[in-house]
Amino acid sequence: MPKNDLDAAYQEGLKKMKNQLSRAKVNEWLWGWFLIAPTTIGLIVLNIIPAIQTFYLSFFKSGDFGRGNIFVGLQNYVRLINDQQVWFAVRNTLLYTLLVVPIGVFISAVIAVLLNRNLKGQGIYRSIYYIPVIATPAAVTMVWRWLYNHHYGLINYVLKQIGLKPVNWIDDPDIALISIAIVSIWSTVGYNMILILAGLQEIPQVYYEASNIDGANAITQFFRITIPMVSPTLFFVVITSVIQCMQVFDVVYMMIDVARPSYDRTVSLVYLFYNNSFKYLDKGYGSAIVMLLLLIISVITVIQVRLQKKWVNYTN
Amino acid sequence: MTIKAKTCRVFIHIVLILGSCVMIMPFVWMILTSFKSVTESTSMNPFMFFPSQWRIENYIDVIRQNNFLRLYYNTFSMIFWNVLCAVTFSSMAAYAFARLKFPGRDFFFGIVLFQMMIPTQIFIIPQYLMVDKLGARNTIFALVFPGLVSAFGTFLLRQFFKSIPNELEQAARIDGCNIGQTFVLIMLPLVRSGLVALCIFTALFSFKNLMWPLIVNSSTDYATLASALAKIQSAYSVKYNILMAASVLAICPMILVYFIFQKQFMQSVTTSGLTM
Repeated sequence: MPKNDLDAAYQEGLKKMKNQLSRAKVNEWLWGWFLIAPTTIGLIVLNIIPAIQTFYLSFFKSGDFGRGNIFVGLQNYVRLINDQQVWFAVRNTLLYTLLVVPIGVFISAVIAVLLNRNLKGQGIYRSIYYIPVIATPAAVTMVWRWLYNHHYGLINYVLKQIGLKPVNWIDDPDIALISIAIVSIWSTVGYNMILILAGLQEIPQVYYEASNIDGANAITQFFRITIPMVSPTLFFVVITSVIQCMQVFDVVYMMIDVARPSYDRTVSLVYLFYNNSFKYLDKGYGSAIVMLLLLIISVITVIQVRLQKKWVNYTN
Repeated sequence: MTIKAKTCRVFIHIVLILGSCVMIMPFVWMILTSFKSVTESTSMNPFMFFPSQWRIENYIDVIRQNNFLRLYYNTFSMIFWNVLCAVTFSSMAAYAFARLKFPGRDFFFGIVLFQMMIPTQIFIIPQYLMVDKLGARNTIFALVFPGLVSAFGTFLLRQFFKSIPNELEQAARIDGCNIGQTFVLIMLPLVRSGLVALCIFTALFSFKNLMWPLIVNSSTDYATLASALAKIQSAYSVKYNILMAASVLAICPMILVYFIFQKQFMQSVTTSGLTM
């Protein structure tokens, strides 16, 4: 009898626990759904549906403000392929990325390495190099446009003083893209430098000490320890910089008006997207352009992730 | 050896100081030009570095004619709401994604990753059409709209929540906190550095954003500092002294904030970079 009682009590207890457990589980589910609800609903309304809608819109010729959309099938894409300006924009955007990313990352890395030696005034240098990151691109570009001014700009004045010819920084089609790249490099060096510096400071000092004992010199250390150890940070910096560069808009928009002679040689894909969608109000064609941008960015990112195995070193 | 090391140090300092000059010079030139008269700013012969007379009138002009107080108000309201929404909603979702188990968690987190991987321009046309349909163009709400939720913030804070040891949370639960209390009272204070980083990122992003305010608020009464500059530039095409005054006014609030919270700004970059 007592044994039976005990058994029943045990069973009941177990049941209770299970009940409680499942109640706790359901409770956790409810909390989970409740907590993610605003973000999830927001992302679906603001991002998921719009992404699908943009794809959908790219098959339409849009009337005024989305009214009277006419289905045109692949016509926007056919137009895209035959539109010389689109190819200008693709070339400019890629060329810009090829200018800004390698040079920008190289300069940031050099400054980071120089700063990494517990230099006096490290904090001050860091703060100064970071200032351009804080400034609005719209304002910054205006200043550079003034510096670049053909007749009254400070840069041409300095060039003249040291006996060089003035450069038509903004209107010369061969130069304008470089001028834009300079502004972008100038305004992102600080950001990348801080990231790389943080990566450098993560490297355990032991590695250097051990290799010192083995008789390695500074240059060997740099290539054998420093570079492999910061390669994950460098990879992160490169991949985010490339994506940002592919979406360049602010600097080009503020620097080059549509009527400038250098427009064709500087217009970026996003600038072209902006003009078509919101200036010429052809949102269907604008959507097609943005799909092309998505395709290019995806291809480049996949290539970079594939290539990363060749040079990025993950110790864990 | 020591002499070599010393010359090396001096050399490094020279390089870094030259670099600093390049970083600072545009700002100095902007400030100097903003106090000059038009003729002074464009006088090449003699070339003037410093204004002969510091003309504050330029600033008064540009503030009056472009209603800068209104621009400040618009920009700061936009930043305020964006930061508030990003921090509130992202921390909630990030905590759930990092610490709770519930059906559909991975699927919904997939949505967060999807948003982060896709160029934002894809969302702009439909977002604009939505704002237009709501009749909300030329409002503060329109400026805030795309930033109501933040996938980046959710991802970032999730990493922070994940790094907190389990024991703390369990202790709180045993002490009788429910999930909501654990989240607000125990977990949130532990990810403070993540929250600060997210605040700074969101504020900077929305402060610098040009395209969206340009598209959605065509009226100058609802422009932000960035989008107003674009309009000011075309209005004053050659009056560079006025343009520079406008630029100074547009960047100085953020520069001030930066000088006060420098340490947090630097940390926000490193924490986000390293958690990615």
